[in-house]
Amino acid sequence: MNHFTRRTLLAIACLVASPIGAEAQSPAPAATIVVASTTSTQDSGLFEYILPIFTKKTGIAVKVIAQGTGQALDTGRRGDADVVFVHAKAAEEKFLAEGFSEARRPVMYNDFVLVGPKSDPAGVAGGKDIAAALAAIVAKKAPFVSRGDKSGTHMAELALWKSAGIDLAAARADWYREIGQGMGATLNTASAMNGYALTDRGTWLGFKNRGDLVIAVEGDRRLFNQYGVMAVSAKKFPHVKTREAESFVNWLTGSEGQKAIADHKIGGEQLFFPNADQPGA
Amino acid sequence: MHGPTSIMPLRVEGLSFEVNGRRLLTEVDLTLDRGGVVALVGPNGAGKSLFLRLCHGLLTPSAGAVRWGDGDGRRAGVKAHAMVFQKPVMLRRSVGANLTHALAAAGHGRAARRRRVEEALVRFRLDHLADRPARVLSGGEQQRLAIARAWALDVETLFLDEPTSQLDPAATRAIEETIVMLEGEGRTIVLATHDLAQARRLARRVLFVLGGRIHEDAPAAAFFTEPKTPEGIAFLAGDLLA
Amino acid sequence: MEVAGFLAAAAEIFGGSIPGFWPIVGLSLGVTLTAVALAALIGMPAGALLAVSRFPGRTILIVTINALMGLPPVVAGLLIFLLLSRSGPLGFFGWLFTPKAMILAQVVLVLPIVVALTRQTIEDLWREYAEHLASLDLTGIRAVPTLLWEARFSLLTGLLAGFGRASAEVGAVLIVGGNIVGHTRTMTTAIALETSKGDLPLALGLGAALLVLTLGLNILAFGVGRVGARNAG
Repeated sequence: MNHFTRRTLLAIACLVASPIGAEAQSPAPAATIVVASTTSTQDSGLFEYILPIFTKKTGIAVKVIAQGTGQALDTGRRGDADVVFVHAKAAEEKFLAEGFSEARRPVMYNDFVLVGPKSDPAGVAGGKDIAAALAAIVAKKAPFVSRGDKSGTHMAELALWKSAGIDLAAARADWYREIGQGMGATLNTASAMNGYALTDRGTWLGFKNRGDLVIAVEGDRRLFNQYGVMAVSAKKFPHVKTREAESFVNWLTGSEGQKAIADHKIGGEQLFFPNADQPGA
Repeated sequence: MHGPTSIMPLRVEGLSFEVNGRRLLTEVDLTLDRGGVVALVGPNGAGKSLFLRLCHGLLTPSAGAVRWGDGDGRRAGVKAHAMVFQKPVMLRRSVGANLTHALAAAGHGRAARRRRVEEALVRFRLDHLADRPARVLSGGEQQRLAIARAWALDVETLFLDEPTSQLDPAATRAIEETIVMLEGEGRTIVLATHDLAQARRLARRVLFVLGGRIHEDAPAAAFFTEPKTPEGIAFLAGDLLA
Repeated sequence: MEVAGFLAAAAEIFGGSIPGFWPIVGLSLGVTLTAVALAALIGMPAGALLAVSRFPGRTILIVTINALMGLPPVVAGLLIFLLLSRSGPLGFFGWLFTPKAMILAQVVLVLPIVVALTRQTIEDLWREYAEHLASLDLTGIRAVPTLLWEARFSLLTGLLAGFGRASAEVGAVLIVGGNIVGHTRTMTTAIALETSKGDLPLALGLGAALLVLTLGLNILAFGVGRVGARNAG
């Protein structure tokens, strides 16, 4: 190569080198773990509130990937996360049985609410019985927007149809809209088409584009939504940071974490109710 | 000026070139000795440019060969002959940088480049234009820069392809003075031109090309006073040649 | 959408009262500029080489690269995701959910644009320069540095097109980056997030910020190209 070949390469190298340096700027804490969790916990602002407390105490930084429950579990199954923190007990127990984690610990619960338009075409507003409300929606063929993304909320919704004695496969028609997206997108869609939707209360409280939507049904015991946490098994994936992951799980289910969860409020309302001490939850 | 070792003479043996079965140059045999201006004259499309490109190595002959006296026409691995095109390529950079580029391509070091560029700018009266973008120069200045670029490389032989065909009389005169200067330095100039007066002014030897063949190869004085072939006579008389 | 809400959000964003806004901008720019620079480092010489060389299968390669310019970002994201996942072939890098993964995804998106536009530009230039460069013994790969430098202003446009594609892209970086706050959250993934939270004014404000940045960069590049082209002729 001749002189100006080298000079050109040098110029390009300088061009490239400058932004690369900028990329490595974030200072690395002692250790960092990846937690695969759900959009509902993230969108409700829970992590923003509790994680700084945890990091300050332990020096462990936590990176949260917010996904649907099904996706979050898959992220753990591929070994791309150190901890999964989700809300679909049956799916979590399957994860456990497959050996991707050694133990599942209950953490907290929140509740789902059924939201719908003020005009209330199905006539379910103010009710306490979710099964009756769902039956009314089917009868009136009122628009219903479903996550349809295998998330914890989606699985809870499917379980609710089942418990209401409705064969969704047979009953579903144009009124049932499955959008395959996150909670926020689902609420945006419901707001735009004046439909009903099942949402966790945290996302609902944080959601700003409500339009005509209001809470139609709340308070039914069947609407309670249990969260569990699991450290990904080091037997499956030797690279997972077991010590830090265990430390996170213990803190979350211990008195400090439980208190932090209870302290997190939006507009004075508590979003999540710690119940790590409740066996079998 | 290049001491005892020279790339000349240039021997052309049975040189032919064809494209898609069409013969554009047919069995040219000749020898070009060191020094002087050799003019290739003939109408447009006669094969003058083609001949220069084959000699310079830009094209590969279909048959025959171009042989330099020393073997490959190079000194220390660097081509010792250069070509100046009818429409010279001006790089998108300054006049000085155009010179630097050619020197860098030939492997000259930084100090040698700077010295040589300085010399070329002065000698070809381009020093006041050194920082000007080469592509905004006038046609005459561009042609002068192109020749300066070849001169900076200190080549022994220059192939000039119609260097003044698009220039006004003043610019043409300047180029011709340059050619005389190059000849005076002991370089060999092979000049393709359809301007007979120019050939008469500059050349020592004339090659008359027509239809891809060399019809006459004679000292300039002889060719212009008594051409040997009917085609030569007709060309000098200004008769149209198909 | 109320205009007032949007304006208020835009004022908040640029006024810096939204925490984490400037780090997001910094990360977005850092990731995208790095990706574009890497794509340039690989793609410009490759495109130029493709322009000046002839080999069997060259046409097929060119058509393939042109087609890859339209590669859907999510597909690129998914492929990188599968590659970098701990269960994937490159999992041992531990790059998934880091800026490195996002840079890689954007390089994959930008590279075909850079290669294709460079090839086109250099091939046109090559027609004009080939004889002169061959006369200087600059053939094949030896002609590439000169041609790249001669085409610098046109190539800048190609890099801008690449930057546009990379900075506007959300699907791929969301999949491979994970939208982790303070770590892999970029302007586009933040916009997607705020939209899903129903905070449309904030989402729109972020969008406006992205537009302003892109516009600024284009003005800068345009100015550089203009001045440079005038000075180089």
